[in-house]
Amino acid sequence: MREVELAIIGGGSAGLSAAVSAYDAGVRDIVILEKGPFLGGILNQCIHNGFGLTEFKEELTGPEFAARFIAQAKERNIEYHLNSAVSSLTKDKVLSYMNPEEGAVQIKAKAVVMAAGCYERSAGAIAIPGDRPAGILTAGQAQKFLNEQGYMVGKRVFILGSGDIGLIMARRMTLEGAKVLGVAELCAWSNGLNRNMVQCLYDYDIPLYLSHTVSRCEGKGRLERVIISEVDERKQPIPGTEKVFDCDTLVLSIGLLPNNDLLNNLGIPQGRSRGSEVNEKFETSIPGIFSAGNVLHVHDLVDNVVEEARVAGKAAAEYILGTSEEVENDITVVPGNMIGYVVPAKVSSKGDDKVSVKFRVREPSKNVYIVYELNGKQIKKVFKPVIIPSEMEIQALPKSLFNGESGTLTVSLIKKEEVK
Amino acid sequence: MKDVIIIGAGAVGAFIARSLSRYEVDALIIEKEYDVGDVTSMANSAIAHSGYDPVPGTKKAIFNVKGNRMMDQVCDELDVSFDKCGTLTIALYDEQLPMLEALKKRADENGVPSEILTKEQVIAIEPNISKEVKGALLCPTGGNINPFTLTAHAVENALDNGLNITFGEEVVAIEKIDGGFKVTTNKNTYETKVVINAAGLHSDDIARMIEPIDWSVKARKGEYYVLNHFGKGFVKHVLFPLPSEKGKGILVTQTTSGNYLVGPSSEWVDDKEDFSTDTLTLADVRRQATDMVPNIPFYEQIRVYAGLRATPSTHDFIIEPSKSYKDFINVAGIESPGLVSSPAIGEYVVEELVKAVLPLKEKASWNPRIKPYIKVADLSFDEKNELIKKNPHYGKIVCGCEKVTLGEIEDAMSRSLPVNSIKALKKRTRAGFGKCQGGFCQPNVLNLIAKNKGISPLEVKYDGEGSEIVILEVKKEAK
Repeated sequence: MREVELAIIGGGSAGLSAAVSAYDAGVRDIVILEKGPFLGGILNQCIHNGFGLTEFKEELTGPEFAARFIAQAKERNIEYHLNSAVSSLTKDKVLSYMNPEEGAVQIKAKAVVMAAGCYERSAGAIAIPGDRPAGILTAGQAQKFLNEQGYMVGKRVFILGSGDIGLIMARRMTLEGAKVLGVAELCAWSNGLNRNMVQCLYDYDIPLYLSHTVSRCEGKGRLERVIISEVDERKQPIPGTEKVFDCDTLVLSIGLLPNNDLLNNLGIPQGRSRGSEVNEKFETSIPGIFSAGNVLHVHDLVDNVVEEARVAGKAAAEYILGTSEEVENDITVVPGNMIGYVVPAKVSSKGDDKVSVKFRVREPSKNVYIVYELNGKQIKKVFKPVIIPSEMEIQALPKSLFNGESGTLTVSLIKKEEVK
Repeated sequence: MKDVIIIGAGAVGAFIARSLSRYEVDALIIEKEYDVGDVTSMANSAIAHSGYDPVPGTKKAIFNVKGNRMMDQVCDELDVSFDKCGTLTIALYDEQLPMLEALKKRADENGVPSEILTKEQVIAIEPNISKEVKGALLCPTGGNINPFTLTAHAVENALDNGLNITFGEEVVAIEKIDGGFKVTTNKNTYETKVVINAAGLHSDDIARMIEPIDWSVKARKGEYYVLNHFGKGFVKHVLFPLPSEKGKGILVTQTTSGNYLVGPSSEWVDDKEDFSTDTLTLADVRRQATDMVPNIPFYEQIRVYAGLRATPSTHDFIIEPSKSYKDFINVAGIESPGLVSSPAIGEYVVEELVKAVLPLKEKASWNPRIKPYIKVADLSFDEKNELIKKNPHYGKIVCGCEKVTLGEIEDAMSRSLPVNSIKALKKRTRAGFGKCQGGFCQPNVLNLIAKNKGISPLEVKYDGEGSEIVILEVKKEAK
């Protein structure tokens, strides 16, 4: 069996960034395994701009952003295999994959970076009531049909969910001549980035129905209409609030989920993001198996994905080269009041550096403090005039605040007037 | 004039066709959908019942038990997954224990092996079951079966042996003529010596085309949840509650593909085309299921669906010649346990009813087997390598969730039974059946079908009439 130093599962933005970072940290024997026919992953179908503002201080399209990372990987002669879906991974870091050229292959790696991205929640996952005709599809599916293959999926379109891909497809399909009738969002707030709300909906006079959901789809062969209803506080449709839209297409933008089966199958604990629990080096409970990018938690910006994967890649290199310090991850980080999830799940109390804490709030809030408590003792608070779920919060927490104490670190959102 | 026309290619029509294909016969299957097994045979509980439940002496009891006994051989010949894991019928209340005894007696009368288990025995073999369980009836010969390939492979086998099939053709009129019948569809007119009405939900409508009938078939809807294959053995048997007059109740089982199935509800519907699901009904399914298995991980849900049972007014299968004509055979009202009964029904219809009106001569070379379908994910490392060396397409995964390769898709599209839709390909190969529900692979699958059939992607259907997925080619001039 071939042995390599570092195997990276996924050749999208996270995988490429981790590979480049590991190379620059001194590892040479790296293999990227990409399931698709090209590197760059989902960025290739994201032909809109807005990528790279942090990373390159420029506004790039998805394929342009991907091209820069692909170039970085190729400059370093990093080995990659396309059409090479990894079918299994063992605790001993033996990966099985196959592709048409090499056949079935097993490789044993010293370290693995899981960077397999995410997938879209489907109509079936939320059991949209009514018929199940053609014409109900996810935003990413519609995007792939349109941007990669050149086919429109409908003429009169309704959108469920205000996730970013749905908003971007509202604009994209409008530009291609479709009539987008509206967007229904279950929450009382929008779940897309503000810039997408403005540039994709408001600029095109596409109505947004907050606290609404699709309460029925109707159509035999093809979708003929959707009925939306306002929802109550338990998110159940309120009878009598129905609005009918005659449309041939329902595009779903109802959330992304980490594509993390390979690590789940190893029994690695899952966090609330539905990615694996990791420490501040993005290492899972199995030493030498790292996870970063959308397979760990779904990001809003690719710039944050590549930054996270860069840290994971470097940590994997240190693991391989034996230069990483033995540290005990003696602090468990847990989401407290109003916090959806927190990454990482474990940190070390030792060291004089900063730990990057990432989380999302459950609902939009104004005039609040983000409060960090170690074993119930407040160690830091940060005032936020506004905080929203659609924008991931990233905060650098100096370890000096821990004072070497181990235990439980709770991240909470507390109203200004309730904070001491 | 044809010898036989079979109306309907559900499980029953499929196995009648297969039994008929043993003989020198000019026979045609007429299917109104664009794929076989596309209605009731597709959306059901996917169970090969043992036969403990039907009233002794009924056709349901006879064909169920016989069908179950045939199933090992049928599944071997037709390359169909059959997981004979056994069924457990669960008593959750003390007052239900006598019902277990009654069911056991019924199983004995039907000749079905069964055993009553104590609370402790049930918990020992089903750790996730409710601790409220009081006992259960174990029937080791029942299990899970793949209903998609069971039907499709039976038809494929019949076509391999010389039968014909036509799709998208709906029978609109049947007229008695000299020596047989004139069958008119929305597209053609055929003459045939014998008609076999296996039209499922519409079998009463077809029967009425030649004579008044004193029975009917009503649609009884069942709604289900499908969960992802999150691991093996969350439940190890097919788990049923005790049956009631509404049916066998809400079951929990792991399908032959590793998914978990929870359902069905039971509701009468007037519209035989109403496959809609409903939030309140599904919530009730969920509640009932969790009474039996409390910790079902519903966050693993990937799909919901509804099927329609073809429920006969007679409470039993109708498998007999029409009153007026011995050469017009009704096979109607085949609700549960229809799937498992279908091989036995097919054999009976041909051997007893068709032979009574049409002399049948055996073919010199009838092949009961289809060419096995290669499932790459099930192969050993060395087998995979050998295969990919011969055909590299078996090394290219198209559906990542279900690990379906291009080679498998091309194989399915090269068979005697055509793949006419994305759903047909999904049923044959499982491409698009996984957690992303085709989110990633459907655009590629659509192109593969278009290329295979030599049609434009704009013409590729998801399933039935009018179900095309892409509707317009953009920037055509730029290509």
